[in-house]
Amino acid sequence: MLAFLIRRIGQSAVVVLLMATIVFFGVNLVGDPVHMLVSPEADQAEIARVIQQFGLDRPIVEQYWLFLKGAVQGNLGTSFIFGQPAVGLILERLPATMELAVCALVLAVFFGIPLGVYSGIKPKSRVSQVIMAASIFGFSLPTFWVGIMLIMFFSVQLQLLPSTGRGEVGSFLGIDSSLFTLDGLKHIILPATNLALLKMSMVIRLSRAGTREVMQQDYIKFARAKGLSFGRIVWAHLLKNIMIPVITVLGLEFGSLIAFSVVTESIFAWPGMGKLLIDSVLQLDRPVIVAYLMIVVFLFVAINLVVDVIYSLLDPRVSLTGAKS
Amino acid sequence: MSDQLSNAAKPRFRDTPFGVFLSRYLDSKVATLAFVVLVVIIVLAIIAPWITPQNPYDLAQVDVLDARMAPGEEAFAGYTFWLGSDGAGRDLYSAMLYGLRISLMVGVLSGLIAMVIGTAVGLTAAYAGGRVETLIMRLVDLQLSFPAILIALMLVAALGKGVDKIIVALVAVQWAYYARTVRGTALSERSKEYVEAARNLGLSPRRILFGQIMPNCLSPLIVVATIQTAHAIALEATLSFLGIGLPQTEPSLGILISNGFEYMLSGKYWISIFPGVALLLTVFCINLVGDQLRDVLNPRLAK
Repeated sequence: MLAFLIRRIGQSAVVVLLMATIVFFGVNLVGDPVHMLVSPEADQAEIARVIQQFGLDRPIVEQYWLFLKGAVQGNLGTSFIFGQPAVGLILERLPATMELAVCALVLAVFFGIPLGVYSGIKPKSRVSQVIMAASIFGFSLPTFWVGIMLIMFFSVQLQLLPSTGRGEVGSFLGIDSSLFTLDGLKHIILPATNLALLKMSMVIRLSRAGTREVMQQDYIKFARAKGLSFGRIVWAHLLKNIMIPVITVLGLEFGSLIAFSVVTESIFAWPGMGKLLIDSVLQLDRPVIVAYLMIVVFLFVAINLVVDVIYSLLDPRVSLTGAKS
Repeated sequence: MSDQLSNAAKPRFRDTPFGVFLSRYLDSKVATLAFVVLVVIIVLAIIAPWITPQNPYDLAQVDVLDARMAPGEEAFAGYTFWLGSDGAGRDLYSAMLYGLRISLMVGVLSGLIAMVIGTAVGLTAAYAGGRVETLIMRLVDLQLSFPAILIALMLVAALGKGVDKIIVALVAVQWAYYARTVRGTALSERSKEYVEAARNLGLSPRRILFGQIMPNCLSPLIVVATIQTAHAIALEATLSFLGIGLPQTEPSLGILISNGFEYMLSGKYWISIFPGVALLLTVFCINLVGDQLRDVLNPRLAK
């Protein structure tokens, strides 16, 4: 287990370093931030001062080295626009994004698995066909379009739910979240649903495919022959076995939820880090863009690592020692 | 009975490989309908300049006085805004078809470029083997472990706006899917008898690769290409909607939807809805066609 962990952590570190390099050179070799930072009327001295202040006069390799050194210490530069440390700006908005992503994931699992299992057990029924058709829609519809539709029906036509912002933020056990107030809950329903739909279709399809496969296995037939109740078979034999692929995919998809929250946050004006990224791209605020990408890459790699470990714990067939198969 | 006998001599159309493919594709009414709708959409996009009342990007033909007309109202110039007009007074029906052109062009072009690059890389990996293959496939795996939208955001943040830059970003997002598919198929084809036969005939490895193996990778490639094009169109629309995709001067469907979004809260639904429906219909039909192609072309499902 320890050797496996060390090896995986080593691989993850290499991936992070690689992405850091790509991000740094990608963002720094394009565009001239000096134009952004100084007003057009600024004189030469002002321009020189800004260049010096942000270290833009140094050779690119030295800037890269400083960037790596700073990244290890959690310092990815200061936002051109806000004048605050970029990492701090993003971490400030991280809880809002996490809240949204976790709610979306919970929605996807709680609706997706039962629907998928049902349509797997009764693949021919009318209800299953409706579920599957809906899941194709969930796949094909672009997230931003679903968001617009949700706003149009629930906010504009029915005037049931608010369409922008996070609402009132409550505090419970030292954690600030809009989940703790009624107003906050009202605000999160639409964006979380929007973000969840894509993943829900995926969960439905995965658990349906898993169910159809597992239901034909000998151990299910045996459990039936043993006279177990149907509920018990589903609960103890079916769910356990379809959970492995579902958890793997969902773990990996959690990262993509965070990436997709860029779209949802922009539509619903949710004050998370995705909206900050779009604003920064539009304003060419390079340190914030770089910091966002680095934090997301780090989150991604960490999630992959955790999923790998959970996966190996869930599935005894996966060998932890990394022995060659 | 006699009819069957007389036909036995010459192969009937439905027994040719294409005939079998066609009849199996047409088995699904939904997929057939999707294909027809898709063809109509593509034709409409191509002939847009000849069937629209105005060129929405010719300022001389657009009148700001016509802004935000509801569907069915009449324009100052005399024709009717069947789908209404947008905030700048453009006829939405015209803007939609022109937008469809740009969306389809960007999606198809980026798909084709990605397919060429991905196929070349995938075949190279399968052909070279060893270190080169490991390196290429590690790169592919690394890229595929990040969601497409994140890679696209990263590239757009670095490259900036513009049709060419969006195409570059979309190609960079897609090539890995093609590379993985082609490499996988090429590997499984490599061990088949016909390749063995070609090798025994003394054909050069390159000729085996491109002349023998590549044509046999086509069916999975076609399926991936269909699905990826739908993805590319949706992704471009998403980026454009966020304001970091195509510039306002080349308004794709995503930009039209984005322009209408601000008016929607005041009940002027049509500015966003019609381009949105066009986008959805396109993406949905391509996906349905791709799904059916996958079922038809998959040898494991063939009876």
